Amino acid sequence: MTVGDVRLMKGNEALAEAAIRAGCQAYFGYPITPQSEVLEYLADEGRKRGMIVLQAESEVASINMVYGAAGAGARVMTSSSSPGVSLMMEGISYIACAELPCLIVNVSRGGPGLGTIQPSQGDYFQSVKGGGHGDYRLIVLAPSSVQEMAGFVYDAFDLADRYRNPVMILADGALGQMMEKVEFPAYDPAAHAVPKPWATTGKPASRPANVITSLHMLAEQMEEVNHKLQAKYRLIEEHEVRYELLATDDADYLIVAFGLAARIAHRAVQVARAHGHRVGLIRPITLFPYPHAIIRSLAERMKGVLVVEMNAGQMVEDVRLAVEGRVPVKFYGRMGGVIPSPDEVAHAVEQMVGQTSDVSMEAH
Amino acid sequence: MTQEILQDQDTASFEGMECVYERPGTLSEARFHYCPGCGHSVVHRVLMEVIEEMGIAENTIGVAPVGCSVFAYHYMNIDMQEAAHGRASAVATAVKRIHPDKFVFSYQGDGDLAAIGTAETIHTCNRGENILMVFINNAIYGMTGGQMAPTSLMGMKTSTSPAGRTQETAGFPLKIADMVALLPGVSYVTRQSVHTPNAVRQLKKALTKSFGWQKEGRGTCFIEVVSNCPSGWKMTPIQANKWLVDNMFPMYPPGDLKVPA
Repeated sequence: MTVGDVRLMKGNEALAEAAIRAGCQAYFGYPITPQSEVLEYLADEGRKRGMIVLQAESEVASINMVYGAAGAGARVMTSSSSPGVSLMMEGISYIACAELPCLIVNVSRGGPGLGTIQPSQGDYFQSVKGGGHGDYRLIVLAPSSVQEMAGFVYDAFDLADRYRNPVMILADGALGQMMEKVEFPAYDPAAHAVPKPWATTGKPASRPANVITSLHMLAEQMEEVNHKLQAKYRLIEEHEVRYELLATDDADYLIVAFGLAARIAHRAVQVARAHGHRVGLIRPITLFPYPHAIIRSLAERMKGVLVVEMNAGQMVEDVRLAVEGRVPVKFYGRMGGVIPSPDEVAHAVEQMVGQTSDVSMEAH
Repeated sequence: MTQEILQDQDTASFEGMECVYERPGTLSEARFHYCPGCGHSVVHRVLMEVIEEMGIAENTIGVAPVGCSVFAYHYMNIDMQEAAHGRASAVATAVKRIHPDKFVFSYQGDGDLAAIGTAETIHTCNRGENILMVFINNAIYGMTGGQMAPTSLMGMKTSTSPAGRTQETAGFPLKIADMVALLPGVSYVTRQSVHTPNAVRQLKKALTKSFGWQKEGRGTCFIEVVSNCPSGWKMTPIQANKWLVDNMFPMYPPGDLKVPA
């Protein structure tokens, strides 16, 4: 580690710098607030360091360029924000079916519609449950700091290559825009490169033609493709679940929050503990695969669970599926780009404690 | 009669005969699914002949569209990518950027290239991507059953313009080759056809020149093939080719629109 590896950077720039260091060969994107710094940084620094950077005519073109470059064997990415990511959904579905490794970054903003440019977690369903058509899954990583905006880029590319699956980093406008200290790890792209014998690189006489496609006209054939994808998703669920625990050992109450909301919840845990409530936090890092099992086992010894999100309540559905009614699951959220304060969240914790410490608990 | 000839060909012994004409190695042995008389199979074959004759099969990557030629990669025995509807030129752009030393072509019909993919078409050309775009214009959506295309002629009857195309409801036929010819990134725009043996030879020349210019890095080459759709037009192949000359050519006249300086 040299001194030059520690910097003060915006989340968007840290992510872009990490992409260069991770050996990303090509970036295709379209400007949209609050993530345009990714494109700007790469158009300058990325090009200087040999990356192919193309400002496309739309997010539709961008994602199809990602398809083409990934199919041609390159380590490749795009980034956008919520409305732009919506435009990419068709292409993402194709990429998932054709099993092309790539990184898609969503520095999300408040919606629906044109919405706002303020940070939001309203794209959880879109990122985790599908978004595009058909039965597919992205691996979804949710950073909660500028450090993770950078660090998850390396993980994302490696996971994408390992599983031949698109990976999404689901951040938000605050993580993209805020500046923090970030440390870049030593990473040798060559050491992480995997062979891609399936890529379209020009067909030598010695092998059959490589075809990148998501089209399988016979229903039985298409079902086979689906079985293969589902088997891969089960494998990912088995091996790649990531989460962080905070103060859960002695906790009576559990907060579940991801990304920026988890940082706010972290502070709320401290506030609630100062008020004498034993509260802990679990932060899912992978939103797919989701940490169902640990949430279930933690919930078994809790009096209540509070899910905090910057949306109308999306991940709370996964928490309820994990908890399966063992304890009450409450929700606190702000929408449309409003960031909840730690005090608001601590207040929601107090309310939960008030409601659930009663012997005759209400049903939910 | 036709049936008997086909059977004869399948079972005939060619022993002692000299082979003067055969399938190029770049064309797979899969049988074309195209309707009798359709231009696609001819264009596929000519394109693959050119790639074989130029000795560039190992260095060529193609991008297939959505439409009747969605399975182009079943027939073209080279590395191929199947693009989403309208996005072939975006996919081809990226393939070429990753492999600038390879030959890259896209192959699209009129709905794909000139309706849903218009933005990608214009901007690929405007960037002057060093690729070949092959555009099959038969003025109809063949695969989905004969709907109106952006290039359908005025008055042309299709399943979605049953009384004939009118300007009031559908605007005018889009002459996209003329549009891209205006763009400085585009070096070569030509309009060809495959309705006669001579036309096929002309197309072959245009394809050969295009790959040559791609090697020299001359920018986008755009070849429109004015083609037919006997099934969609509800004609015999012979009627369709006559209708093509009488009706398509006045709107889409064959010839070069732009050649490299």
